Amino acid sequence: MATMTMIEAIRDALDLALTEDSRVTLFGEDVGYFGGVFRCTAGLQQKHGVARCFDTPISELGIVGAAIGMAAFGRRPVVEIQFADYMYPAYDQIVSEAARMRYRTAGEFTCPLVVRMPTGGGIFGGQTHSQSTEALFTHVTGLKTVVPSTPYDAKGLLLAAIDDPDPVIFLEPKRLYNGPFDGHHDRPVTPWRGHPLAEVPKGRYHLPLGQAAIRRAGTQLTVLAYGTMVHVALAAVAETGIDAEVIDLRTLLPLDLETITTSVRRTGRCVIVHEATLTSGFGAELAAQVQAECFWHLEAPVERVAGWDTPYPHTAEWDYFPGPARVAAACRRVMET
Amino acid sequence: MATRKTPETAAVDGANVSKDDLLKYYREMLLIRRFEEKAGQLYGMGLIGGFCHLYIGQEAVVVGLEAAAKEGDKRVTSYRDHGHMLACGMDPKGVMAELTGREGGYSRGKGGSMHMFSKEKHFYGGHGIVGAQVPIGAGLAFSDKYKGNDNVTFAYFGDGAANQGQVYETYNMAELWSLPVVFVIENNQYAMGTSVKRSTKSTTLFGRGVAFGIPGEQVDGMDVLAVKAAGEKAVAHCRAGNGPYILEMMTYRYRGHSMSDPAKYRTREEVQKIREERDAIEHVRELLISGGHATEDDLKAIDKEIKATVSDAAEFSKESPEPALSELWTDIYA
Repeated sequence: MATMTMIEAIRDALDLALTEDSRVTLFGEDVGYFGGVFRCTAGLQQKHGVARCFDTPISELGIVGAAIGMAAFGRRPVVEIQFADYMYPAYDQIVSEAARMRYRTAGEFTCPLVVRMPTGGGIFGGQTHSQSTEALFTHVTGLKTVVPSTPYDAKGLLLAAIDDPDPVIFLEPKRLYNGPFDGHHDRPVTPWRGHPLAEVPKGRYHLPLGQAAIRRAGTQLTVLAYGTMVHVALAAVAETGIDAEVIDLRTLLPLDLETITTSVRRTGRCVIVHEATLTSGFGAELAAQVQAECFWHLEAPVERVAGWDTPYPHTAEWDYFPGPARVAAACRRVMET
Repeated sequence: MATRKTPETAAVDGANVSKDDLLKYYREMLLIRRFEEKAGQLYGMGLIGGFCHLYIGQEAVVVGLEAAAKEGDKRVTSYRDHGHMLACGMDPKGVMAELTGREGGYSRGKGGSMHMFSKEKHFYGGHGIVGAQVPIGAGLAFSDKYKGNDNVTFAYFGDGAANQGQVYETYNMAELWSLPVVFVIENNQYAMGTSVKRSTKSTTLFGRGVAFGIPGEQVDGMDVLAVKAAGEKAVAHCRAGNGPYILEMMTYRYRGHSMSDPAKYRTREEVQKIREERDAIEHVRELLISGGHATEDDLKAIDKEIKATVSDAAEFSKESPEPALSELWTDIYA
């Protein structure tokens, strides 16, 4: 089967959605003519026409606001915010309008909208091109938040998101666009080519939102991760020799709590990993859920490994980034308790 | 837009410039260009990482406007900020060392290319979010208004940022409160890969100020003398307490948006034509030589001097140590 990069898998999903559903419309900054800053929409305007895939001015609030209006009245907009760090002007529309449309119209209007955003660091983007904003979305009732970690998942999850009747925030870890980055920034870049989860079938398939994947089965410890950190966690676990189960959440909301709790009840230990800053990060929610559901099974306190509570630094990027060494250390600590 | 100054008119008529002024502009513009070329080289060598937006082509805008500024005036701009910093007198060493992320950089390696500041030179950044600096510029001007001085703030932004909502919220407030701010639209024709024509039907960007009662004009941003003259007019308007003014600088960037740019949104010929016909540095060079204000040898000496300055900055940026790990945890709260 053909392998694809995550960029190609996302493009394939968008291409298919445009082909099969005349309601689907793509727009955003440099999305049309230029093909997207990370090339996710390259060629789609040429193939499907300007009415289906077009450029917008640099107006994030306007992009999302217009998409909400389209979504509420029969279209299926898929918009791109060029970097997750640029979404703050649009946050008002996302929170106050998109997320609340169904509730405040008592179900008369809905908002089947997908907002795609490249997220995370690892490309020396500094503080305005590296942030992980997922917790700002998971805190908002009415939104679904998805973070794929492989090309296969990216396509299946994106098609499911586009088909979903509610607004979905689709966060694309930009450091995974071209390869399964495991946090070893000083080693040669690994491409997706040859990776089993880069094999992307032709045609439509959906991965249901709210279903985690077990990336490595294990008995001693459960590691919860999503996006780039899945690959970092796998590398860290391999280096420790601990027989850990690594769970890729794939969707943060809805959360597959059952897969998580089943694993933690079995292993009795849990490490949570994310790139975003620690305090009030999504890891806090996971830790709360795990202790509530698995309290009598826990052998050690739940540990979180996350970005430090600092702005995303420029020079010290790799000291900020919770790489394999930090994850491995946490795994060892939890095992020693 | 007025026609370009010719050698016959440049140094003698209403542009109010002397031979020394012309040499100064030549020197300042050349410094920016050579600095940026060096930054591009260091990027290619892997010494600069991440984003790096070069100012090559647009030098006349900042040099001309700095010529219209006085001590105490402030400036704030976007992520294409290296030229602004050099033009307002910041040390090329500190700028280059921030690009390489070193201790000797203006933000001690914390900010990088897009995020640098200097209180001493009244340079308020260096902002990575398109348009975000515009309301901040109004706030800087507001602060001066409270202090009762006659300082002016230059709030620079691009044609892309001109479509951000916060720009218009700022226009409204700046005029409402008569803030001494010059809104400088550096219209280099492209918001990354999207041309002005593909992002708005209202392509005369300064004209949008009319809706808020803000006067403005379009200026040949490749002609440093025209920029200076327009800057003086705008600054006089602001200093007299008449509120904001908009200058739309018609300019052009020769390089890509950042360091990875497929450049498919314009032709090589288009870039080449502007380099040949409108280059700001060549223009002043021509004025100096044809006007008999400088010889080829004089200019060669300046070139040499600037080459040395840039070379020193590059050396400094390589030798300055990386910031200590503990710096990760400083400057977050008081």
